[in-house]
Amino acid sequence: MYRRKISAIGRKDSTRASLTNVNRINSLARTRFHFMSAQANKDITTIAVSKGRIFDECSELLKKIGITVAQKDLDGRKLVLPTNKSNVRLLIIRATDVPTYVQYGAAELGVVGKDTLMEFTGDGIYEPLDLGIAKCRLMVAGVEGKTAESRRMRVATKYLQSTRRYFASKGQQVELIKLYGSMELAPLLGLADCIVDLVATGSTLKANGLVATEHIADISSRLIVNKAAMKIKSATLKPLIEEFRLAVEKP
Amino acid sequence: MSKDRWLLPEGIEESLPDESAWLEKYRRELVDMFSTWGYELVMPPLIEYLDSLLIGPSDDLDLQTFKLTDQLTGRMMGVRADMTSQVARIDAHMLKREAPTRFCYLGTVLHTRPSGRDLTRSPLQVGAELYGHSGLDSDVEVICLMLEALSMVGIDDVLLDLGHVGIFTNLVNKAGLNEWQQKQLQALLQQKAQPEYEKFLATCALSDDRNKVFLSLMDLSGDTGVIAEAKQLLKDSDPEVIEYIDYVAKLSSRVVMCYPNIQLHYDFAALSGYRYQNGAVFAAYVSGQGGEIARGGRYDMIGKVFGRSRPATGFSVDLKALAKISPKTNAAVFGIYAPNDDDSALQDKIKQLRAQGERVICALSNQQGNEKDVGCNRVLVKQEQQWVVKDV
Repeated sequence: MYRRKISAIGRKDSTRASLTNVNRINSLARTRFHFMSAQANKDITTIAVSKGRIFDECSELLKKIGITVAQKDLDGRKLVLPTNKSNVRLLIIRATDVPTYVQYGAAELGVVGKDTLMEFTGDGIYEPLDLGIAKCRLMVAGVEGKTAESRRMRVATKYLQSTRRYFASKGQQVELIKLYGSMELAPLLGLADCIVDLVATGSTLKANGLVATEHIADISSRLIVNKAAMKIKSATLKPLIEEFRLAVEKP
Repeated sequence: MSKDRWLLPEGIEESLPDESAWLEKYRRELVDMFSTWGYELVMPPLIEYLDSLLIGPSDDLDLQTFKLTDQLTGRMMGVRADMTSQVARIDAHMLKREAPTRFCYLGTVLHTRPSGRDLTRSPLQVGAELYGHSGLDSDVEVICLMLEALSMVGIDDVLLDLGHVGIFTNLVNKAGLNEWQQKQLQALLQQKAQPEYEKFLATCALSDDRNKVFLSLMDLSGDTGVIAEAKQLLKDSDPEVIEYIDYVAKLSSRVVMCYPNIQLHYDFAALSGYRYQNGAVFAAYVSGQGGEIARGGRYDMIGKVFGRSRPATGFSVDLKALAKISPKTNAAVFGIYAPNDDDSALQDKIKQLRAQGERVICALSNQQGNEKDVGCNRVLVKQEQQWVVKDV
């Protein structure tokens, strides 16, 4: 009945947009149903992963331990992805939300960059394993050959906590400017004397005439675990973490 | 007038009638139950001098405490963020008993930062402390009391996590690590941040054997099997360390005797709490909650700062947090509606009903709403010169 209704709409070209909407709503409803039914099942393990590079590299790692996601699920707009293992599902969320989901136990495991963890102020999570993926460095960068004019250096960054800690540990007083992206612009337009940002290859810096000057930390993704789950579900989680460890060590 | 005038500060909440009734019911039942175990209720003050509130090497507690200056003395005062130190002060200074002393307490504490699943800054802390006994018996008693308290509010399916702070303390002291190094290692152990932990250990210049022991300490958690594993791994360490492991093993077997269905978990790297603990530590977890719901442990000799050190152990929970996860609900209470009438026979009847524990609500002249609006399912009516209760 429902199906017929959709195809009836689909017949008209002008209602193509609404067809996609109906599909989206359907898929959302299915996702929610899946989420709820899985939540009722205590034996399921949920892994929170952020979109993009971390997800891509994490999929490779998951493949090594025999967990795969069907292509049709990847292509859709699903936020909860079932895997080939009925007791494992993935949650696709923003990187900064991964520690929060894990902290409250909405996901037992999470894959998240050390940069995000360094910014995270909550507790209740364990970070037992360096997955060695999505590697980069957290660095200070500035305009080549230019030194800070002001006595109190202005630093533009998305990573307030790490930046504050880093300069405090050097005993240097700085002013922080919170930006959400395109930090390379800040020193060029005089908004800041330097930036603190993640550097993978350095090509973005180079393209904008900046050079990395100081190294703050090496960054890679970590496997994080909810504290209570680690104890309550230790029989399932410990072997899974061990499998991750072996997969990381395997070339 | 601005609309946010009626909003409460972040993490500060009030309890409406339903929740208040629940809290009050279990507050009474818990205090009564503690009393049957010999735990006397004490009511420490809301605020006192900071020096006596902040005991032990706890930076966390310092950060969590709201501070203000006493206008009379110029000294710093703190609003309690944890009642344990207050009760320790009472034991050390006010009572000075020699025999084991058992206290329980219940009250709102205030935190500077929101914490826990509910992100509260004003938990309703309930706890019990046992002073003046060092050893297994008092630890067992306090753990059983905690499980009993949880069971009372309907939380039975509990996982009990056990550990011993002495293991870590002994290892770092024997390895000659300084205070800063200890703090760093402790923080990394708490997070089980293995990569950083390994890196930090490498900077501590430990012997290979010591390094190996520290490395494996992080993984020493799991079910009963981990006890044998821990003893094997730490066999060359100080005999004290083995004693601590045996202590935890004995502790758990004694608890299992009282609670055969309890799920057990051991974590020998556990150093939870406000860091004043220095012996066996424990916490209770339930499925579906991201963190612990109750915790406690031994904190011997903390009274030293008050001039009298006594062994001590205890536990505490946030009753408001329990209210949110407890399956127990309060049965609704319905009242009897009395008409607005100054007949002395009616007044006598009302008195009599109230003495029986009934809720009687008197109608007010020209009031809005009827008996149902004020939560009554019965009314008082006059029949043949008699006031009788009738269903609505």
